[in-house]
Amino acid sequence: MTTDKGERKKEFRTTVDGALVKKVYVPADGPADSSLPGEYPFTRHIMGNGYRGRLWTMRQYAGFATVEETNKRYKYLYGQGNTGFSVAFHLPTQEGYDSDHPLSAGEVGKTGVAIDSLRDMEQLWDGIPLADVSTSMTINATAPIILAMYIAAAEKQGADPSRLKGTVQNDILKEYIARNTYIFAPGPSMRLVTDVCAYCAEKLPEWNSISISGYHIREAGSTAIQEVAFTLANGIAYVQAMLDRGMKIDYFAPRFSFFFAANTNLLEEIAKFRAARRLWAKIVKDRFGSANPRSQMLRYHVQTDGFTLTEQQPLNNIIRVTIQSLAAVMGGCQSLHTNSYDEALSLPTEQAVQVALRTQQIIAEESGVADTVDPLGGSFYLESLTNQIEEGARQYIEKIDRMGGALEAIRKGYVQSEIARSAYAYQKAVDSGEQIVVGVNKYTTKAAGDTNIFEVDPSVEKKQTERLKVLRQERDNARVKQALEKVKQTAASHENILPVLIDTVKTYATQGEISNALREVFGEYREPSLL
Amino acid sequence: MSNTAVKTIRVLIAKPGLDGHDRGAKVIARGLKDAGMEVIYLGLRLTPEQIAEAAIQEDVDVVGLSCLSGAHLGLFPRVVDLLRRKGGEHILVIGGGIIPKKDATPLKEAGVARVFGPGTPIPEIAKYIQENLKEKK
Repeated sequence: MTTDKGERKKEFRTTVDGALVKKVYVPADGPADSSLPGEYPFTRHIMGNGYRGRLWTMRQYAGFATVEETNKRYKYLYGQGNTGFSVAFHLPTQEGYDSDHPLSAGEVGKTGVAIDSLRDMEQLWDGIPLADVSTSMTINATAPIILAMYIAAAEKQGADPSRLKGTVQNDILKEYIARNTYIFAPGPSMRLVTDVCAYCAEKLPEWNSISISGYHIREAGSTAIQEVAFTLANGIAYVQAMLDRGMKIDYFAPRFSFFFAANTNLLEEIAKFRAARRLWAKIVKDRFGSANPRSQMLRYHVQTDGFTLTEQQPLNNIIRVTIQSLAAVMGGCQSLHTNSYDEALSLPTEQAVQVALRTQQIIAEESGVADTVDPLGGSFYLESLTNQIEEGARQYIEKIDRMGGALEAIRKGYVQSEIARSAYAYQKAVDSGEQIVVGVNKYTTKAAGDTNIFEVDPSVEKKQTERLKVLRQERDNARVKQALEKVKQTAASHENILPVLIDTVKTYATQGEISNALREVFGEYREPSLL
Repeated sequence: MSNTAVKTIRVLIAKPGLDGHDRGAKVIARGLKDAGMEVIYLGLRLTPEQIAEAAIQEDVDVVGLSCLSGAHLGLFPRVVDLLRRKGGEHILVIGGGIIPKKDATPLKEAGVARVFGPGTPIPEIAKYIQENLKEKK
């Protein structure tokens, strides 16, 4: 390898797999994808006309404090014409603890809205007709319970459940890998995931029953190739689990959706989305024998990569988010959340949230990148990267297959340690200055004073625990007890648990109580020590 | 304490509360290990009681707490308080996560010696620990 005289670095490397980046790419570096947008394997876009028909959905993840505050915010958004919501739940709801549980102390209303019972869910959507909106819910371990509450709240409003539109994340495997809001062990958790998928396929045909997420895998430190590989390997495990229940691929796969991160390395990220689409289409068609193109289309949401936000010189983050959003859009996402520039400091302020949304609107309305489909398709470098990422991910998936699939690879800690290795390598590269982060290890300035930050009112916890106390007094506790018994019986059987959960939430049993009933049957998972 | 033998510094890294973001905690655990310290990574979803208990039992010199959910103001001081009551007042308590600058003062007053924000190089944390260890009475 000769080094050209006068180059500013000894060598240039991709972050996807550390391969050398050439000075210039030519057609011989790899064939360009010859398919058209909307054609198998959908490398260039799932729709033939890309964003020329409809733009991507600008779906900002939000939720805080109690249902009153969040409802006020949603009503305002609805009044502004917003019909796509994305609910952030506080951690106790995500991990199956009520707001008055000792472990919930200090967490109530912090990272999202506090939902303990159907009463909270009803108030969250007060004045917003669930028949007319689409809702994405970031909920995993307690997904069956929270979805049951959503269905029950919609029914109370008079909505027809079969018309409900939205997504429930319901992706437990990546919780063990990265996000860590699991409750039960992988076995029973997979049963709950497939209960939700099977129920949705039958009763909620317009609902995305799972959002298989690479976002958190990337946030935990993976490379782009690992993000694609581990996400699709999890996808394979879910498909297999559904097939094992006797379901046909084209019955449930059209409602499978995905969720990826967008990092700042623009061309690598665009290539990543193209590679993921192509690889998934091949897997669903060739490996699982799908005949329906809708099953083969990788539809996905993107969030800009939160880990790349710096506390130092926070306004720089606006630029990072802009580049990341361009990657998401030129990569062909179906929906996008842009992070706020102040999120390395605290929960975002209103001003920062607005800039984040405006970033998407400027890209959509001013940049021109949404006017033609896959605008960079045919770039020698991009096509080469696309091939490289697909091949790298394919090799990882083969390795995971040999280990017995994603569930086994996670049980063995393989996936987790691969990610931890990448995360540590990145940190060492930043510490040594080999990887530049502007404002952090180059072009640094003296730390500024306090920027304007957002805070959740500390009285929220007291308000929510009082609501809970009143609820426990007002409801028919004998009915609650009976319903919880039924939950335990069903959990111990092979019956789909969703219908029982819908009946149970209607008694105003709380999500913590229902989770406890399930804990009695399934036990709790503890992370193995992998350091 | 005699200064004839250099004792290996023992560090406990833990995540109090329900926050699951453990990339930082794990990277720092590994980095401090590489810096020659003995590191116990206790894991996540822990109560302050569990953390304080483990710190005393493991006879550590340092407790590193990580929280990105915004619950640090309640959780970190509680760990310090429990350590003091259990005879661990000599243990150096440091923290990290998404922690607004203005919270550093109340945390410091509560006994959290130092808060390290995002972007802190690991060698800086290791150096701080080496220079600020407290002696066991």
